[in-house]
Amino acid sequence: MAIDKSMNVLIVDDYKTMLRIIRNLLKQIEFNNVEEASDGADALSKLRGGNFGLVISDWNMAPMTGLQLLQEVRADNRLKSTPFIMITAESKTENVIAAKAAGVSNYIVKPFNAETLKDKIEKVLGHA
Amino acid sequence: MLDSPNDPHPIGIDALKQKLAAIRNQQPQIEPGMITEVVRAVLTTISDDLTAKESSLLREVEELGQMIANTKSEIAALRVDDITDHDIPFATDELDAIVEHTAHATDAILESCEMLDEVSATVSGDAAAKLQAATTKIYEACSFQDITGQRITKVVNTLKTIEGKVAHIVSTFGATAAGARDAADHVATDADLLNGPQLPAHAMDQSDIDKLLADF
Repeated sequence: MAIDKSMNVLIVDDYKTMLRIIRNLLKQIEFNNVEEASDGADALSKLRGGNFGLVISDWNMAPMTGLQLLQEVRADNRLKSTPFIMITAESKTENVIAAKAAGVSNYIVKPFNAETLKDKIEKVLGHA
Repeated sequence: MLDSPNDPHPIGIDALKQKLAAIRNQQPQIEPGMITEVVRAVLTTISDDLTAKESSLLREVEELGQMIANTKSEIAALRVDDITDHDIPFATDELDAIVEHTAHATDAILESCEMLDEVSATVSGDAAAKLQAATTKIYEACSFQDITGQRITKVVNTLKTIEGKVAHIVSTFGATAAGARDAADHVATDADLLNGPQLPAHAMDQSDIDKLLADF
């Protein structure tokens, strides 16, 4: 299934450096329509006000965590089917289980490489 | 207080003195020196008995008091307050500075890398591919700043916990109002899942995560 790389992608992280890194890596795999949010609440506001084909979010943020953002997205009728990839340093089993239970589409553990990011995006959007 | 069911001398000292005084009144011909001698001997015996029963406890109490006094002096000599007033704030400031400096450095690296990306767009073929491969590796490597930042945050939180416990110890030995700070440490919330980066020896890698996800 061909992936529409012109879709809007929302990346969420409270580390500006990480936003910059992910944006550049996405650019290298030809996703150029990338918007940024610095925490869960900011992301939710942008998601409700826009049209995004993919969310890539960190977990460890305040005041709204990535997990809470995911739960909000899955509870929202308009947003609930939006593919959601968690990119996080949280690599404990309990974290992965909690994210899966909340409806995460895929899970990337930091530090990650460009190939992993590309692979997970293709898997998620290929099934979307 | 001095008499007990097992006491071989059930009469108190005052009562004994009264009885001896009564005997002296009834028998005035007895030499006062003899009475004094007898009384002294009896009192010495009583005193010896009481000491034998209570001296161990009294000695322990005395030793405990001395130990507390010594510990207070030692804590004062260590200037434990310095840990909360100076050492820990200093350490956390240093760690914050590390995060700030690495963030600046990372931004500078990323800026240069973005410039290389722009250049790579103007060339083609093998040169462009090599440039992009190089910049990709730089982007990947720069994520260290996020990981180290989260690790440092964990260290700072640990230092703050130590600071709280030290303050609690100081306040306890200073006989001030007892705190109940520990109770606040055990509020179960969503934050319990914010474990942060795991040490490499204990961390799951991407393949472990993939296997775990596939189990659902």
